[in-house]
Amino acid sequence: MLILDIVLGGLILGGMYALVASGLTLQYGVARIMNLAYGEVLVAAAFASYLLVTAAALSPLFGLVFILPAGFLASSLIYRVLLVPLVRRAKTREALEVDSILATFGLLFVVQGLAFVLFGGQYYSYSYLSVPVTIAGSTVPANRLLAFAVAAVLAVGIYAALMRTRTGTAIRAVAVDPASARLVGIDVQRVAGFAFALGGGLCAAGGVLVSMFLTFNAAMGVVFTMKALVVVIMGGVGNLMGALVAGLLLGLVETSVARLVDPGLTLAATFGLFLLVLLVKPTGLFGRAGR
Amino acid sequence: MKGVPLALVVAAMGALALVPFLGTGYHLALAIGILNNLVLATAWALFSGPTRYVSLATAAFFGIGSYAAAGLGEALPWPVLLAVALVLGAAMALVVGLSTLRLSGIYFVIFTFGLSELIRQLVTWWEVNVSRSVGRYIFLDVTQEGIFWQLFGLAALVFLVGWLIGRSRLGLALRVVGDDELVARHCGINVTGAKLLLFAVSAAFMTLAGAIMAPRWTYLDPSIAFNPVISFQALIMALLGGAGRLWGPLLGVVPLTLLFEVLGANFPNAFSILLGLVFMAIVYAVPNGIAGWFEGAWPRAVRLLPQKAVR
Repeated sequence: MLILDIVLGGLILGGMYALVASGLTLQYGVARIMNLAYGEVLVAAAFASYLLVTAAALSPLFGLVFILPAGFLASSLIYRVLLVPLVRRAKTREALEVDSILATFGLLFVVQGLAFVLFGGQYYSYSYLSVPVTIAGSTVPANRLLAFAVAAVLAVGIYAALMRTRTGTAIRAVAVDPASARLVGIDVQRVAGFAFALGGGLCAAGGVLVSMFLTFNAAMGVVFTMKALVVVIMGGVGNLMGALVAGLLLGLVETSVARLVDPGLTLAATFGLFLLVLLVKPTGLFGRAGR
Repeated sequence: MKGVPLALVVAAMGALALVPFLGTGYHLALAIGILNNLVLATAWALFSGPTRYVSLATAAFFGIGSYAAAGLGEALPWPVLLAVALVLGAAMALVVGLSTLRLSGIYFVIFTFGLSELIRQLVTWWEVNVSRSVGRYIFLDVTQEGIFWQLFGLAALVFLVGWLIGRSRLGLALRVVGDDELVARHCGINVTGAKLLLFAVSAAFMTLAGAIMAPRWTYLDPSIAFNPVISFQALIMALLGGAGRLWGPLLGVVPLTLLFEVLGANFPNAFSILLGLVFMAIVYAVPNGIAGWFEGAWPRAVRLLPQKAVR
């Protein structure tokens, strides 16, 4: 069943994109930091997971317990050390965007260079739960299903936290209007730093899940950053639900192109979709007018 | 103060012009590197300086030029080939610009960020499926000196075109756009048109540089031609020098080309890390570039001078 194969594979891939992009939408939509080194965090998490599985013989799910908080702490540190000076220096939002693009572009090369020194340019993968599971006539490896399930749990959890908790409400308020958020007693910089770190944690979780079923290498971060950015724009900047839906959509489109046309053209499909959104609805599928 | 930039450009170009006569082969290779970076960084700043749109697509245009030379070099006479490369680069820039430049700057950055990777994958796909080989050999009858003088001419042309644009209606319009886009729109300036034109001019220069540099490699594959380090180096050099002035990138190109040469020779494995660290140091310490710092320091120095003289 080709259609079922495509839908299942697309949803699983799209679930990863949705999770990874929801982290980026927190970083860009709330902290206003355009983080070009985002994919490098993902690749770093994938390598960390690889080390835990091969050297320490841990299950990747158990690794997640360590790597997600590590991604959170590392991103928090990056925000405090590297980005707070830029936030203080920036006179306007546009100036902060340009400065953060430049700073994280430099960071991208540093992290990528470190990954090359440590792991070289070759592809890595490890075997975990490669058991076939048959769903309605279509065969899916168990590791993919598990990754999708964990991604779904994380996505639902983060959505509920944003909608139901006090901190979540503060985060959404800063995303909508930082100046007004200050008026109702929200510490904007603290919330922005928290959202940035939370985005980094989600990104690291995405890296662990991706490493369970994809091969990866030190140079792959850029492609993940690019796809996450496309999903964020498609969903509307700062819109978590939009990022989740757009991520699933991108996964479906890519899988269709890979299966029906040519696997070498998936990035072209991503760009085609991006162009289409820019030309038809630049505020994103769920974005409000204005920005 | 007014004559300093011109004197600087003329002196630098004059010094470079002596290299083929006085220097060794190594010096010539170094001078070619400087000229190539000078063209790329100045062309980058030509667009990104006044508009403040950070373009990360230098490698995309450079690679298109290189591939045009590799694919058509034996079929077409060299001047025709350069013209074809120029048209390809400008056309590509128009497509990218038309779809992104009417929107907020961030869309442009994201699009250019992925553009090199996209074109690299498309070229790889084409080579694998249509040409049936990923790499190409380039056997063109061009000497090192030939490459040097072509780049030298191109660099001179970049400065000339940049100077002419600065004096034209387009240059005036761009200064207004850079200061306040809303005001520019209300003055009746076609903001998108001005940005688009400038982006195409800047891209055409980058593509030409790629075509001229192609014979140096002999062997070319997509990961060489579309290496993201090219985009990165053009950006960092223009930033260090100062993207707001036509002569600014020159101040960044010369020291950084020499520094990268030393770093690449001594620390080949850690090159990317060092590159990133230098870049971040520049973003944090010299946000307006050497040119901006110099122009800020000059009036301060002048203000101080008479007081000391009185004493």
